Amino acid sequence: MSTPQTKLQPLDFSYFPGCSLAATAAESNQSLMQAAKALGFNLIEVPDWNCCGSSSAQTMCRSLALRMAARNLSLAPPDRPLVAMCPRCLHYLRSSQKCLKQDPLIRRELEGRWGRPLNVDGEIIHFLEALVRYGLDRLQAKARRSLKGLKFVPYYGCTLFRPPRLKQERYFQGEMENILIALGAEPISNALMHRCCGSFLSATDPEIVAPLVNEIIDSAAAAKADCVVTACAMCQLNLEIRYTNGAKIPIFHFSEILALALGAEDYEKWFVRHLVDPRPIIKKLAEAA
Amino acid sequence: MSAAYPPPAAAPQATETSRHRRPFIEVVKEKSGVELNLCYQCQACANGCPFIKAMDYRPNQVLRLIQFGLREEVLRCKTIWVCVGCHTCSSQCPMDIDIAAVMDTLRFMAVEEGVPVGKPNIIDFHEEVLRSLEKYGRAHKLGIMLGYKRQTGGWLQDLDVGLKLLAKRKLELFPTRVRAGKEIAGLFHCYWRNSL
Repeated sequence: MSTPQTKLQPLDFSYFPGCSLAATAAESNQSLMQAAKALGFNLIEVPDWNCCGSSSAQTMCRSLALRMAARNLSLAPPDRPLVAMCPRCLHYLRSSQKCLKQDPLIRRELEGRWGRPLNVDGEIIHFLEALVRYGLDRLQAKARRSLKGLKFVPYYGCTLFRPPRLKQERYFQGEMENILIALGAEPISNALMHRCCGSFLSATDPEIVAPLVNEIIDSAAAAKADCVVTACAMCQLNLEIRYTNGAKIPIFHFSEILALALGAEDYEKWFVRHLVDPRPIIKKLAEAA
Repeated sequence: MSAAYPPPAAAPQATETSRHRRPFIEVVKEKSGVELNLCYQCQACANGCPFIKAMDYRPNQVLRLIQFGLREEVLRCKTIWVCVGCHTCSSQCPMDIDIAAVMDTLRFMAVEEGVPVGKPNIIDFHEEVLRSLEKYGRAHKLGIMLGYKRQTGGWLQDLDVGLKLLAKRKLELFPTRVRAGKEIAGLFHCYWRNSL
């Protein structure tokens, strides 16, 4: 974890929502916006952003993947960091930036095509990192609901934790714990925190993914966790829809728990969209407080 | 090299030998930037891979096949399509071989060369996603899933989950689109797409 920076950094960020948060996981996006607002983070959506390319462009056509992500970089103003919440989006945006830096020819081609400069030096960070870097003191000051006693499994999944292609980049290990411990919650570390959720195989081959998801959730249940907190909206979805055993463990997207602790009022709206109802746990928390 | 290995029936073979004169491993090394000769078959990758049960070759076996120059065998295998790029193998490899990057490269090569795909339903899915991206600039999940079902015909498979998602309004009925559609369309000029 990096040391907290000085308090009064300018807190404007460009924000790249990505397709999941913009649609399927709208509750993650709504809660993220609430949390950001409470912390005084101004998340300014990248105007007219497009899909980062996702695994599909990455699988089918390297040049398409590079260029889809690059268009977003061309739309993000250079004077503030670009924040993404989806680990895959983050990964593809960073990979693209790295390629463009190394290959001025492609960069010039794209700049010419779109008629605007391509910013290859801007910082691209995950919301977790923005939070750790700029928000830790605010977090303490703005916490409205205690998470005391909430036993959570910090589920990082695969992408946020270890993309070797970006070896020089930051790793996020431990940051979810740091933040939620500061809010009173209790991390459970002996569950499968980094096991892949199955990604797109959940759509194409559910029978491959279900046993894996069962292992992940059952490991959380065996460790007596109240809930699993994911850093990725797709992980959250896969862990919810592909679990076929009996444990009733709610899966939260990180931003939901954060917004809850920061006093968001409209959490019912997000929680009805979950397949495993998290409201009993929230009630238990409220009663304990 | 590949001529020594009999290909599965009905494989287009005519241009193979003339097109690929360089040793397969050299091509893969160059395209992926990965030194795969470092592999000494410790199988750490295979032991860590969450998807190993769905693969026909283990990741270390894929590396071995590449070393042996068994091009067809590699480009047609299921393993490269089942791999989702979670990088567990790469992070566990004691020789620091980025196996996931090799899998990426092999998929590109399989697509570019138009070899029969080991897991056709997965490429159908990716194609469907790309169709959505081409049309809207963003992924429209309901459209993608319907298109995928249309291609693979499995309308009843997984219907319960689909209905649950609809009921929870997790599948948007209508797509959102990028306003500068032309900028997106201009990116979709991959020559191999016509053949799919």
